[in-house]
Amino acid sequence: MPFNILVLSCLAYVIFLFGVAWAAERRADRGRLGWLQSPLIYTLSLSIYCTAWTFYGAVGYAARSGLEFLTIYLGPTIVFIGWWWILRKLVRIGRQQRVTSIADLISSRFGKSNLLGVIVTVIAVVAATPYIALQLQSVTLSFSVFASPTDDGFSPPGTEATAVWVAGGLALFTILFGTRNLDAKEQHHGIVTAIAVEAVVKLIALIAVGVFVVWFMADGPADMIARIDASEIADWNLQPGRWAGLLFAAGAAVICLPRMFQVMVVENADERHLATASWAFPLYLFAMSLFIVPIAVMGLERLPAGANPDMFVLTLPLAEGQGALAMLAFLGGFSSATSMVIVESIALATMVSNHIVMPVWLRLRPSRAVSGDVRRLVLLSRRISIGVVLGLGYAYYRMSGGSTALAAIGLIAFVGVAQFLPAMVFGIFWRGATRIGAALGMTVGFVVWAYTLFLPSFGADAVIPAMVFIDGPWGIGWLRPRALFGVSTMDPLLHALFWSMFLNTAAFLTGSLLTFPGPVERMQGAAFVRVFDTTTGSPRGWQRGLAEPEDLLVMSQRIMGDEDALVFFEAEAKGQGKAGYLPDPTPEFMARLERRLAGSVGAATAHAMMSQLAGRATVTVEDLMAVASESAQIMEYSARLESQQEEVTRTARALREANEKLMQLSIQKDAFLSQISHELRTPMTSIRAFSEILTEGDLPPELVANYGRIIHDEAKRLTRLLDDLLDLSVLENGTVQLNLGLSNLSQMIDRALASASHTKPERSFIIHRDLPMENIFIRTDADRLVQVFINLISNARKYCDAASPELRISVRQKGGRVTVDFVDNGSGIAKDSQALIFEKFARLTDQTRAGGAGLGLAICREVMANLGGTITYLPGQGGAAFRVAVPLRLERKAG
Amino acid sequence: MAQAPHTPPLFLRPASYRQRRRRDAARLLPVIGVFLMLLPVLWAPQDTFHRDTAPDGIYLFVVWAVLIGLAMLISRSLNATDEDDPDAPGDQGLGQ
Repeated sequence: MPFNILVLSCLAYVIFLFGVAWAAERRADRGRLGWLQSPLIYTLSLSIYCTAWTFYGAVGYAARSGLEFLTIYLGPTIVFIGWWWILRKLVRIGRQQRVTSIADLISSRFGKSNLLGVIVTVIAVVAATPYIALQLQSVTLSFSVFASPTDDGFSPPGTEATAVWVAGGLALFTILFGTRNLDAKEQHHGIVTAIAVEAVVKLIALIAVGVFVVWFMADGPADMIARIDASEIADWNLQPGRWAGLLFAAGAAVICLPRMFQVMVVENADERHLATASWAFPLYLFAMSLFIVPIAVMGLERLPAGANPDMFVLTLPLAEGQGALAMLAFLGGFSSATSMVIVESIALATMVSNHIVMPVWLRLRPSRAVSGDVRRLVLLSRRISIGVVLGLGYAYYRMSGGSTALAAIGLIAFVGVAQFLPAMVFGIFWRGATRIGAALGMTVGFVVWAYTLFLPSFGADAVIPAMVFIDGPWGIGWLRPRALFGVSTMDPLLHALFWSMFLNTAAFLTGSLLTFPGPVERMQGAAFVRVFDTTTGSPRGWQRGLAEPEDLLVMSQRIMGDEDALVFFEAEAKGQGKAGYLPDPTPEFMARLERRLAGSVGAATAHAMMSQLAGRATVTVEDLMAVASESAQIMEYSARLESQQEEVTRTARALREANEKLMQLSIQKDAFLSQISHELRTPMTSIRAFSEILTEGDLPPELVANYGRIIHDEAKRLTRLLDDLLDLSVLENGTVQLNLGLSNLSQMIDRALASASHTKPERSFIIHRDLPMENIFIRTDADRLVQVFINLISNARKYCDAASPELRISVRQKGGRVTVDFVDNGSGIAKDSQALIFEKFARLTDQTRAGGAGLGLAICREVMANLGGTITYLPGQGGAAFRVAVPLRLERKAG
Repeated sequence: MAQAPHTPPLFLRPASYRQRRRRDAARLLPVIGVFLMLLPVLWAPQDTFHRDTAPDGIYLFVVWAVLIGLAMLISRSLNATDEDDPDAPGDQGLGQ
């Protein structure tokens, strides 16, 4: 097939995937998750276990070693049908602790230790490198098999160039979809859906080739069995050690591979999906493996002796003249490679940004943890990490020469990630596992793996000199990379697996037995091991009242995004019986907030950032007792008492607040009465005085005109004041006539800005607007809404005390509501006054007699209530900020 | 909930009893799986010279299919009743 057509079809396929991802993302944004969160999608997304290694490499593996390839799929099958043991617990922990990656899980389990996060991240990146190289190699190979020079002399580029293009394209796709936003919990619906589609494509492609081989090239299953018996691999050699070792390694890898952890735990939307996946995922593996041996046998039979068995899936249909089938197989292989690379690089990038970039940044500029734009930094570091990870994969591909069998490369990665297994499994089942033990075990395992398997994979003399392989380093024979401690008869892979796992576990257990865990570590350990034990109270550690809620809000907005942070804080405040956006910083609230932040930046970083604001987390004796099993039941009882007391406190707090408000209102009312009489009296006095002068007569005409104007102005002022009062009472009674119609929000804001410019016209304001977002048509009473806008803008003009005042008007549409935020850059409104500003007659400063009787915001609130919307004060925006929310379509109320 | 301190009942009602045994079955399944998959090691195909790829392959695929079928049955019966064990204060491994 001509090379350019091949490239075109690949591009078309990628664009199709893009469309799928985009559509799913849009659906998810609108909150219509529906089938996006079905067990089917979950199971299909798990199939990224089957990479190009399965698609191409399994046939090559079968052609070389018979049935041994099955271990790679039987191992995960055992883990999945045994989901009740490990997977169920992992998923529950992942959801409860909002784990973002396997590094986060391990670091969080061992006291939110960042050291462990770094170790896991480094191992994962290094172990993923050969795996990504494998994908690049298989795609490159398939290109070179498939592509033929065209007639006009356009020949395919060399394999190196293809690999570069593939790596670059994948990086681009991943960055575009994997790092679009920083989710509250690292879930990517678009990517997961695209991967589910790719899973279907690769399954159909492989089965299609298999059906073609068994029923069209051979005469059905019976004939196929006869051909297997007649083939070169009719007698396979089962090596017991390798058979058991590979079962173990594959079973470990399916839990420990960063990408598997990502789709299995992090992207899991519902624990019940795991129950379905426990049989459906093995079924998928079963279907993928069913035709591997027939394809391998037929390839060995029909294709010339020197043909690369790794490419049989592609070359067999090609040799039989089945161009369409070969194209399908090619797309299947392409799917396998791309889906793996995309998810793996997202998972690794999350780990790198959360466990390496963020902590370094926090260490370097602690002050900016609160104010700086963390989101942009995190996203940028993830984008760069994706590029780096793919770059490393490409470098490995170049260094290893791209000639090794696919299966051999894949197994190197499997043994590498299996080093997480002891820390993870002991961590979730044994409370005695400690941070130092985990760090020791993983480091030892990693070093042994690198020395015995990873570095030798580059070939003799590439990294390790050939002499070391023969005589050992410095002539120490028992340290030879392929024969540690003189064990020279073992298969190299098994040798590396055995020694790395043995030394890893030994170091881990020794370290755990000899060290003593810190308080946070012990609490996390208890929370992880007893995750199903619902009676244990959630561990606490933050002291009451050390952090200002407004500071916490500002920090959370930087990480979670303005909208999500405000929603979270509002819900928390409501839970405490408070209105507004600022809950009390109780230990429970702080713990929930920390867990929420951990969903974005990882447990260790979230903990460190909270400590910046709230001081060090302390663990009291009571907290430790609460998680100790001996006293759990006594504690449970007292916890119930405590929660009752908590409720009483909450009610008391609500009452106290109500009382405070009433008192203040009463004082205000008195103040208003005297003020309103004053306000009425002043114009009355001047009207009376000037009209007396006028009645005396005998005045020059210009003086008469002047006095007349003064009387007229004062009368107007009186009318306005009375109008306001009337307006307010009409609005409060709900008898107001609304004049509904469609109007453009942008025009309304234009009108409001024009009218409000008469207030303090000498002050020049810089207005920031977002015109494209404003272009919304709203069905509402435009005049009333504009009245609210004018009031807010005039207030900003009157009270904003910045030297060069600015006003930002931002519009957002969410669900059926439109919110308009007015944020200025002044000093804002003090916290204790925020509750009062919407009350009638409230004026914050008596000095600022800017006219008006303090009715503006009260009228605004009533107008908004009549328009079915709200107006609220937004704390923590760096100035006075008001949010107006209106329904997109206001329906006329009956009656 | 009863007043603390609360001791778990010695004998369970039938629904809970069946529920526990289904969980035991779920725990047992991978053990059976490992045993059946390691079984080919016993007849050590490496020393033989007869053609054993096809029969071994069929054996492994049949075992595989049976395991999947059993896993499906067990997970379905567990899934429907996952959270409503009236006698369970919490699930703490093999005990009770």
